[in-house]
Amino acid sequence: MSEDPAKEVPLLEVRNCSLRFGGIAALSRVSLRIGHGELVGLIGPNGAGKTSLFNILTGVYRPTEGEVLFEGRPTAGIATHRINHLGMARTFQNIRLFGSLNVRMNVRTSFIARLSNGLLGTVRRGKSFRAEEESVQEEGRRLLEYFGLQEVATHSSRSLPYGDQRRLEIVRALATKPRLLLLDEPAAGMNPTEKQELKRLIGRIRSEFGTAILLVEHDMKVVMGICERLVVLDQGKVISSGTPAEVRTDPKVIAAYLGATHAVQGASS
Amino acid sequence: MGRILRNNISVFHSSIASLRTPRIALAAGIVVAALLQGCSGWIDPYTTQVILFAAINVILAVSLNLVMGETGQFSLCHAAFMAVGAYTSAILTGKALPALFPHFPWTGISLASQLTFLPVLLIAGTVAGIAGLIVGGPSLRLRGDYLAMVTLGFGEIIRVLLQNTNAVGGARGMEGILPATNLFWAVGGAVVTLYTMMALVNSTYGRGFHAVRDDEIAAGAMGIDTTRFKVTAFVIGAFFAGVAGALYAHAVEFISPEGFNFLRSFEIIVMVILGGLGRPVGVAVSAILITLLNEWLRDLSEYRMVVYALIIILFMIFRPFDALAPYFRRLLPAANKTPVIP
Repeated sequence: MSEDPAKEVPLLEVRNCSLRFGGIAALSRVSLRIGHGELVGLIGPNGAGKTSLFNILTGVYRPTEGEVLFEGRPTAGIATHRINHLGMARTFQNIRLFGSLNVRMNVRTSFIARLSNGLLGTVRRGKSFRAEEESVQEEGRRLLEYFGLQEVATHSSRSLPYGDQRRLEIVRALATKPRLLLLDEPAAGMNPTEKQELKRLIGRIRSEFGTAILLVEHDMKVVMGICERLVVLDQGKVISSGTPAEVRTDPKVIAAYLGATHAVQGASS
Repeated sequence: MGRILRNNISVFHSSIASLRTPRIALAAGIVVAALLQGCSGWIDPYTTQVILFAAINVILAVSLNLVMGETGQFSLCHAAFMAVGAYTSAILTGKALPALFPHFPWTGISLASQLTFLPVLLIAGTVAGIAGLIVGGPSLRLRGDYLAMVTLGFGEIIRVLLQNTNAVGGARGMEGILPATNLFWAVGGAVVTLYTMMALVNSTYGRGFHAVRDDEIAAGAMGIDTTRFKVTAFVIGAFFAGVAGALYAHAVEFISPEGFNFLRSFEIIVMVILGGLGRPVGVAVSAILITLLNEWLRDLSEYRMVVYALIIILFMIFRPFDALAPYFRRLLPAANKTPVIP
């Protein structure tokens, strides 16, 4: 990783993005950069625009102004599934697993976009189909094993405990081989043990897969513990960014989270 | 009883899925169809007719199951695709082929009509598939009720068009169609349809249909082209409905636009729902049972539909086919979820 990320083409660059719904500005002139393999935390109080930004990145919304560049290529107007093909995968704040499929099949859906056997090959069931099915099966099995879900591979995804469902969602996203993984509040609803496990999991993803991660999270303890850089959103604007230590002491951040009076007191004390 | 049946069916499901070469099953099914045709001399005409109808209904229900059961898209125009196939094939065998080859004898069992019947079926299916593409392409961006409205409208358009086209007999329909459909074509068609659907769904590629049904947003985020999968399901469903329509036309020798109205579509939907959305074998069994039910109730004449509706309602409430329909996914949510997925 270069010391100055500005000198190379960043993995993801958000340039002055604004998003307005009628008169309401969900985001105004937000800029953001993520380098290869970097772990960036995006925090902010409720309604700050974190999920809106997420939806712009994944192609659900089109920004009213500004642009998003993934590896230097603008992503405006590209369909969600094509954005995934570019190398960006996400998880969801409210878990969205495929409920009728078991754990193994949930992961296998991530390989569909890369299959060389389409409709006819599948119906014909020739040699190349069988070879591909076996390799996909093997790849999925290795992923599940690595993340400790192999024992429950044939269970219904709905029957898993909450923490495992979140983990499965992350595995499913990783199976699409992203270079940038977007995690939308992965710690939401988790107990302290599960949160510890989540932190370890994120660390392993980075070390093993070298995937850059943008982590949207409410939980300060999780974010402060693992991110090397934080971006703070409030009311659709980036109000602060820097290392966890810098952000933690920024009066603007304290004001956003606790209200202005506390910030004044904090600054004066 | 339901439980035992269900277990057996799930074993059947997984054994088909795990067969190294399910093509053996396909070949076996076609041999059975050929044997059945070989024995046709000993089967009385009424029984033959019922078997033909059952096989045609299996094709219709199993193909609609791909759209409704596996992909979760509500379609109310399956009978319209059937009509497209029926009229296409009737024109081919009744007008086009005799005009092209006037020196061949064109009767139902003549070698010429039997040899050309496979291409006729495929062309009928393809034309219906193109109709499916025309309807599905723009309308599958819609969801739920809206999609249902569009497909309902399309079904009516086809029926009214046929009714007002004099070249195909208008409201009087077409009669004197070659009786080319026999047990081999109908049962073989049902076997091929069932094989295609099961081979398609029991694969990594086929999970795409399920992913679209379960959560379209998540499916898109995982790189699955959801529109493409929906249109594919719609076109394949329409193709097989077209083949079924061609088989039907050449079995009853007479078709009219009224035979492909909304009620016909609805009948197929009932077969799919009773058989268990997303369970091809269950859907095939329910198509056969409903065909038989229709025959048993024939004596009741005008009260037939009343009793028929009552039985369907009772089936829905008490679900004696529980085995065939372990879950009516959206209709009766979370009643009995089975984790049995091969």
